[in-house]
Amino acid sequence: MTLYRQCASCLPLTGGMIFSWFLNPGWLIAFPLLGAVLLLFFGKRIGRFAGVLASGLLGLSFVLGLVLFGAQLGTAGSQRTAYVHLFDWISVGSFRVGADLTLDQLSIVMVLVVTGVGTLIHIYSIGYMEGDPRYPRFFCYLNLFAALMLTLVLAGNLLLLYVGWEGVGLCSFLLIGFWFERAKASNAAKKAFLVNRVGDFAFLIGIFVLAKAASTLSIPVINALAGPAPPGPAALLHQPLTTGIATVASLLLFAGATGKSAQIPLYIWLPDAMEGPTPVSALIHAATMVTAGVYMVARLSPLFQLGSALTVVAWIGGLTALWAALMACFEFDIKRVLAYSTISQLGYMFLANGVQGYSAAMFHLVTHAFFKALMFLGAGAVMHSLAGETDMRKMGGLRKAMPITGYTFLVGWLAISGVFPFAGFWSKDAILASAWHQGQYALWAIGVGTALLTAFYMSRLYFRVFEGPLLVPDGVEVHDGRVHDAPITMVIALVPLAFLSVVGGLLNLPPSLTLEHFLEPVVGRSEVPAGLTPWFLASLALVAGLAGIAIAYMLYMRPDGQTRRAALYPRLRIPIAAAANKFYVDELYGRAIVLPGKALASFSAYTLDARGIDGLVNGTGGLIAAISDRVRRVQSGYVRNYAATFLLGVVVLFSIVVVRLATG
Amino acid sequence: MTSVAPGYYLVLAGLMFTIGVVGVLVRRNAIVIFMFVELMLNAVNLIFVTFARMHGNVDGQILVFFVLVVAAAEVTVGLAIILMIARRRNSADVDGVHLLRW
Amino acid sequence: MSLAVIVFGVMFIVALGASLAMLFSPNAVHVALFLVVAQVALALAFLLQGAYFVAAMQIIVYAGAIMVLFLFVIMLLGVDKREALIEPLRGQRQVAIGLGLLLAAEISYSVLRGVHLLGLGNGGSAALNAINQNPGNVKAIARLLFSRYLLPFEATSVLLVVAIVGVMMLARRIDTAAGLFEPRQPAEPSAPIEAEREAV
Repeated sequence: MTLYRQCASCLPLTGGMIFSWFLNPGWLIAFPLLGAVLLLFFGKRIGRFAGVLASGLLGLSFVLGLVLFGAQLGTAGSQRTAYVHLFDWISVGSFRVGADLTLDQLSIVMVLVVTGVGTLIHIYSIGYMEGDPRYPRFFCYLNLFAALMLTLVLAGNLLLLYVGWEGVGLCSFLLIGFWFERAKASNAAKKAFLVNRVGDFAFLIGIFVLAKAASTLSIPVINALAGPAPPGPAALLHQPLTTGIATVASLLLFAGATGKSAQIPLYIWLPDAMEGPTPVSALIHAATMVTAGVYMVARLSPLFQLGSALTVVAWIGGLTALWAALMACFEFDIKRVLAYSTISQLGYMFLANGVQGYSAAMFHLVTHAFFKALMFLGAGAVMHSLAGETDMRKMGGLRKAMPITGYTFLVGWLAISGVFPFAGFWSKDAILASAWHQGQYALWAIGVGTALLTAFYMSRLYFRVFEGPLLVPDGVEVHDGRVHDAPITMVIALVPLAFLSVVGGLLNLPPSLTLEHFLEPVVGRSEVPAGLTPWFLASLALVAGLAGIAIAYMLYMRPDGQTRRAALYPRLRIPIAAAANKFYVDELYGRAIVLPGKALASFSAYTLDARGIDGLVNGTGGLIAAISDRVRRVQSGYVRNYAATFLLGVVVLFSIVVVRLATG
Repeated sequence: MTSVAPGYYLVLAGLMFTIGVVGVLVRRNAIVIFMFVELMLNAVNLIFVTFARMHGNVDGQILVFFVLVVAAAEVTVGLAIILMIARRRNSADVDGVHLLRW
Repeated sequence: MSLAVIVFGVMFIVALGASLAMLFSPNAVHVALFLVVAQVALALAFLLQGAYFVAAMQIIVYAGAIMVLFLFVIMLLGVDKREALIEPLRGQRQVAIGLGLLLAAEISYSVLRGVHLLGLGNGGSAALNAINQNPGNVKAIARLLFSRYLLPFEATSVLLVVAIVGVMMLARRIDTAAGLFEPRQPAEPSAPIEAEREAV
C-alpha cells in the first residue's frame, strides 16, 4: 500500500529539508509531554513555577502550530497533507504499526484549538489553583492531557488514535478526581471512567473489525479504501470495503464517540464531572476532549459515508441536543447548566456530521470552544469570588459587582444564544442550513427547537446570576457594590476568548466560507444552499433564539416574573419534575445495569472465588491434612507393628515369584 | 544309602523360617524375639547346606560357617544392648519402647 | 523305608515340633531350651546331608555357646517372668498368623515347583560323598576357606574383635545415669582403654 503513503519524515511544505527536524508535528506532542514528565518527577522541586512551565510549553506548541498552519497556507490546497513516521512501534510478523502522524487541514484546526484554548486555560489555572497543595501535579495532568489529545488529533492510524483516546479518558479521570478527598469527586471520576470504558470497548471492537476487513489500521488507507477507486493503475490495488462492514465499523466507532462526547446513551458522566476544578471542566469537558468524537467522525467521514451509519449519528445528535437542553432548563447549579449545554451543543455537532456538513460541525466545534470555555472560566471566576458557591439561587447582580467577569460572560451568553453577529449565530446557522439542504426537515425542526431552549436556559442562567439586585452567599465580603473580581491571570484568559466569541464568525462567513473551503480537500464539498433560502432560515433561527431570551426575560428579569413562574409551574408540573430529575436516567441505569453488575461482582467474589476456588484450594490442603492425619497412625511406635509391615512386604514380593512360577 | 530329596529339607527350612517370623511378630519379650531371629538363621543354614549338597561342593557349608560366626558376634552385642535397656526400664517388654510414634 | 528316610522323618518332626513349642511357651527359659532341641535336630539334618564339620560346629558353637549366652542373660533379667497371654496390640496376632501361613504356603509352593528348574539333577549327593571320602569334609572346607574365601575369613575375625570390644564398652557397670556420659574414674582401667574411649 505504499501508493497511499509517503514514508518520508518531512513535510512537503517547507522550503527545504533544513528546517524539517523542527517543523515536525511530533514536537507538538513532545512539548507538553516533556512538561508532564518533568512535573511528574520534579514537581515538588519545581513548585510554584509549575504553572508557568506548563503554560509555556503548551504555548510553544501553539506557536509551532501557527507556524505549521502558515506553512500549510503556503502550499496548494490538495497538497497540504503531510505524513510523518516517527518510529516503528509494533512489528510482529506481518502486523506492522508505526507511530504515524497525519497533519492536514482538519488536524491543524484541532491542533490550534487544543493548543490555543489550552494555553489560555493553563494561564487561567495559575490563578485559579493557587494555593492548592498539589499544584504541580495539576499542571502535570493538564500537560499530559494536552499531549494525549494532540496524539489523538494527529494520529495517522487507529491504534495511535486509540492511545490518545484512552489517554485523554485517563487524564479526565485524574483531573475530575483531583480533589479526591471529596467522595463526590472520586465517585464522579470513577463514573466518568467506567462509562467511557463502555464506549471505548465498542470503539476497540470497531478497530478490530476494520483491521480484519481492511488489513490495515492506517487512517488515510482506510479512507481511501472507503472512497471510490482512484483513476489509473492504482485501481488494481483498490479493494473497497463493503457497505455492511463500513456500517458496522462506523457504528461501533460512533458508540465509542457517544461515550467520549457524552451523547445518548452514555452522557451521564459529564454533569457529574463538574466536581472537578473548573479549568478542567473548561478544557476537557467543553473545548477539547468531548470534541474528540466529532473530530473522529469527520476524520473517518469516507467510512461513515460508505455505510448507513450517518443517519444514526444525526438522529442521536439531534435527540441528545433536545434532551440535554430540556434538562438544562431546570438545573440550579451553574456548572451543571453549562455541562448540559455542552452535551446539547455536541449533539448539534453530531447532527451536522450526520447530514454530511462536516465543515459546519468543525466550525461549530471551534466557536463552541471559544464561548463555552469562556463561560466555564467565567463561572469559575464567580465561584472563586463567592467561596465556591454554585447555586444560582444564591447569586444575583454580579455583572456590576464583577465587571470583567460579567461582561465577558455576557458575550458568551449572546454567542451561544445565536444572536447576530456573534460567533454562535454563524456556526449554528451553518448546521441548520446543512440539515435543511439535505432534506432532513425533522432534524432541522429539532435544531430550531433546541436553539430556542438553549437561548432560554442560558438567558435564565445569565439573568439570575448577573442581572438584578446584588445577592451573594453568606460570608462573602462586598466592598461598595463590588466583589473581589478575577485576578489578572484569570482575566488574561477571559478577554481573548470573549474577543474570539465575538469575531469567531469571520472564520466561515458566507459567501466567502473560508473554513469550509479550507477543509474541502479533506472532508469533501458540502452543498450550501444559495439564494434567499439560507437567509430566511437564518432569520428563523435568530427569531427562535430571541424568543428564548424573551421568555427567560419575562420569567426571570421582570419583577412579576416570580408570580408568572408560580402560575406556570403547576400546569407543567410533571414534565418539569421529570426534567428536573434528569428524567431519572441515572436511576434507570443504576437499577438496570449497575445493580446487576454489582450482584454479579459480589457473586463472583464471594461465591465463585472465596468459596469455590479458595474452597477448592483450601479443600485440597484440608483433604491432604485429613488423609495424613489418618495415615500417620501407621507409625505406632511399636516395633512389632513395623515387623508385621516387613512381613507383608516380603509376602507381596514372594507372590511375584509364585506367580511367575505358576505361569511358567 | 538313598537320601531324601533335597526339596523336603527346603520345605522344612521354609517352615522353620516362617515360624521364626511369626514368633518375632507375636512375642513381646526382647530376648525371646532374639531367639526367634536365631531360629530364622538356623533355617537359613539348613538351606545353604541343602544347596551345597545339590551343587555337590562344599561352598555352601563354608557360608554356613560364616553365618555361624556372624550370628555369634551379633548375639553378643545384641544381648548386651538388650541387657542395658532392660535394666534401665526394669522390663524386657518391647512394647514399652514406643515413644517414637505419631 | 530305608534308614535315611526314617531318620529324616524323626528329625523333621522334632525340629518342627520344637519350633512350634517355642512359639507357645510363655517362659523364656523354655523357649531357649526348645531352641536348643531344634538346633540339635538341625545338626542331625546337616549330618544327613554330608555336612559333618558344620554339624559339629552347630552343636559346639550354636547350641553350646550361643544358647548358653542366651540363658545367662535370661537368668540375669529374671528367670520366672512369664509373658502375659493377651496381646495388647490390636490385630497383631491375626496379621502375624495370617501372613505367616501365606508365607509358608508361598515358600512351599515355590520350592516344590521351582527346585527342579535349577537343573542340578541328582548328581550332587554323589559328588559330595566323593568329596567327603577324599579328601574328607574338613580338609575340603579348609582348602576352600583358606584360599578362595580367605578375605571373608579374615573379615570375620575382625568382626569378632569388634564385637568383643563393643560389648566390653557396653557392659561396663554404671552407677548413675550421668555416668553414662562421663568417662570412667582415672584410678580404674589402664591407659589403652582410656585412649580407646577418648578416640570414641
